[in-house]
Amino acid sequence: MSPTLPFASTEARTNYLNADYGWKSWLFTTDHKRIALLYLFSITVFFFVGGLFAVGMRLNLLTPQGLFSHDTYNKLFTMHGIIMVFFFLVPSIPATLGNFLVPMMIGARDLAFPRINLLSWYIYIVGGIFALTAVVQGGVDTGWTFYAPFSSTYSNTHVILAALGVFVSGFSSILTGLNFIVTIHKMRAPGMTWSRLPLFVWGHYATSLIQVLGTPVIAITLVLLGLERLLHAGIFDPTLGGDPVLFQHLFWFYSHPAVYIMILPGMAVISEIVACFSRKAIFGYSFVAFSSIAIAVLGFLVWGHHLFVAGQSMYASMAFSFISFLVAVPSAIKVFNWTATMYKGSVSFETPMLYAFGFIGLFTIGGLTGLFLATMAIDVHVTDTYFVIAHFHYVMVGGMVMAYLGGIHFWFPKITGRMYPEGWAKFAALVVFVGFNLTFFPQFILGYQGMPRRYAHYAPEFQVLNVMSTAGASVLAVGYLLPMIYLTWAWRKGPRAPQNPWNAKGLEWSSHPRPRLPTTLNINRW
Amino acid sequence: MADSEATLTAHEPELKHHFDDSAQQLESSTLGMWVFLVTEVMFFGGMFGAYTVYRNLYRNAFASTSHFMNVIIGAVNTGVLICSSFTMVLAVRSAQLGQKKALVAFLILTLILGCVFLSLKYVEYHEKWVDHHIPGPGFQYADPRYFHQAQILFLLYFAMTGMHAIHMIVGAGLLTTLIVMAARDRFSATWHTPVEMIGLYWHFVDIVWIFLFPLLYLIGHTQ
Repeated sequence: MSPTLPFASTEARTNYLNADYGWKSWLFTTDHKRIALLYLFSITVFFFVGGLFAVGMRLNLLTPQGLFSHDTYNKLFTMHGIIMVFFFLVPSIPATLGNFLVPMMIGARDLAFPRINLLSWYIYIVGGIFALTAVVQGGVDTGWTFYAPFSSTYSNTHVILAALGVFVSGFSSILTGLNFIVTIHKMRAPGMTWSRLPLFVWGHYATSLIQVLGTPVIAITLVLLGLERLLHAGIFDPTLGGDPVLFQHLFWFYSHPAVYIMILPGMAVISEIVACFSRKAIFGYSFVAFSSIAIAVLGFLVWGHHLFVAGQSMYASMAFSFISFLVAVPSAIKVFNWTATMYKGSVSFETPMLYAFGFIGLFTIGGLTGLFLATMAIDVHVTDTYFVIAHFHYVMVGGMVMAYLGGIHFWFPKITGRMYPEGWAKFAALVVFVGFNLTFFPQFILGYQGMPRRYAHYAPEFQVLNVMSTAGASVLAVGYLLPMIYLTWAWRKGPRAPQNPWNAKGLEWSSHPRPRLPTTLNINRW
Repeated sequence: MADSEATLTAHEPELKHHFDDSAQQLESSTLGMWVFLVTEVMFFGGMFGAYTVYRNLYRNAFASTSHFMNVIIGAVNTGVLICSSFTMVLAVRSAQLGQKKALVAFLILTLILGCVFLSLKYVEYHEKWVDHHIPGPGFQYADPRYFHQAQILFLLYFAMTGMHAIHMIVGAGLLTTLIVMAARDRFSATWHTPVEMIGLYWHFVDIVWIFLFPLLYLIGHTQ
């Protein structure tokens, strides 16, 4: 498939950004590119709100006695978790880059259901308003996991409001996934067979499967939780005859696969970046493609590893432990194949590639420590310690946020038609990497030494590592603010981007830097 | 591309700009509806899962509650829904044949049957209210041993049938829209996708009830 495309002329012309400037043209748009930008703006707001809560937590943990009251601290980590998981990580790459690029990459003019795509953004915003209202009203203190019976019976905070926010925003995730599945099945251009599908699209396809199959379960779980809280009738509360472990099963049936919603799109981005900046086709294409599907399928069978100490049957735990080890295999296949792609490649070190390096290293650490946690005997020791916190932040932040930033830089010329300042961007990537490791590596040690998570106070001997972690968090904050500033500047003032600044092979680069509205490509066939 | 779009849209007014042809559009809608129904299966599946767990834990309590269910209304409602699925199929068939009058008639018949179901459901809920079988502070149960356990079943009963009723109400709204569209000649033998899609939805909601009826009403009657 060597596309000989009728390239658009590069002189100024209407594109999706300058076609119409009115607010109605944004709020009522059904164009996938504009909806991607609506999402980009909204999730950035939530990222900084969630980040503010993290700043509060790290400030509190600067000293063993803490800065805030226990209640305040409980609310800080809860709101940090809820906002970051449901309002940043889950929609992050699929709703922005995925929305923008999936149709272009498969040669479609838009997603299959453009109005449903817009609807998903509105649903996301409504869910976000519920969550933010819960914050303004005084917050929630159940932890992002909403464990019953604390959440259903004992907590005096705005559980229903926050749960409603998560419930509602789940439907935006479902609709995005549904749209991607149908688009990828039915809208591929002639010649775009499954075996030619870009790995970015494969990753999003696997993600969509999880969104569609998992999210409804947490929706109904939160409904049952809300009913118990409103009616004081048992379903999860053991004093009323309910089973709290059932809540954990239902919750993690979604929330463990959701971890893969939060990493598969990152892997999808990295596959594109590594191939581009190594100047090679990805090593073992079909293995990378099918490992995404394998992760999505196996990811549904490992949720019980969150219940090793919750009174789950030992035999169930053994099965869940085994399958958790199994899910490491497709993840490792990806890491090996990215590395093999770089081998003897002509590797260059532009900003997206720096983030890709960061991703591969940090995800490997995050993934391997996941195997520690999948081992039942070790898990008992480190359950609910900072070891767990460090593990999943290495995957979620070291992995997904790195991939997100890498993807934003990589496709920035595509989205805006302009280049970002490479020097500043490389510097910021370095700051993020250093800040991230300084923040979270000490937490592995803290956890292994026995510091529990979710406590406002800690024993004095943990202070040195906690100060390091807080110092790292401030470096990390600078690393996240820098791209905000220079990308915003570059959007208005950056030098104009050529059509394909990275000489990437993807179909999305074959049209004009800023595609037209409403069509994306100047082709129907190739 | 603009040219080919213009020629296509001139002939087929319902073809959206981003599809190549009507066949692709219809296939996309159908797959989208099926994927949506899969999410619905998972949504109800969570409650069926909880039901299974508690029925195994509290077998006797769950059996005793089924004596307080109105089996006659439940059975009549099952029949009503099966009939409504039949009229829905006939409506889809009429749409395929382009028979506008039959289409409107069968859609109205389906809507009426849906409303009969919801009215009977209201009667049942009212009975539960009178008998203090609504979970919550006012809950009472004849057998004190099973007070909490029976309350869990009634909570599941209201959650499951309530979610089902909400889906019926949404379905009734969709049917009303279809009737208006059909009366305004929006459908033809070549384009009637909404009728087929809402037909799928309606059958799904019926099937959920087919599972709910035995699980909630009949479990205790074998003893």
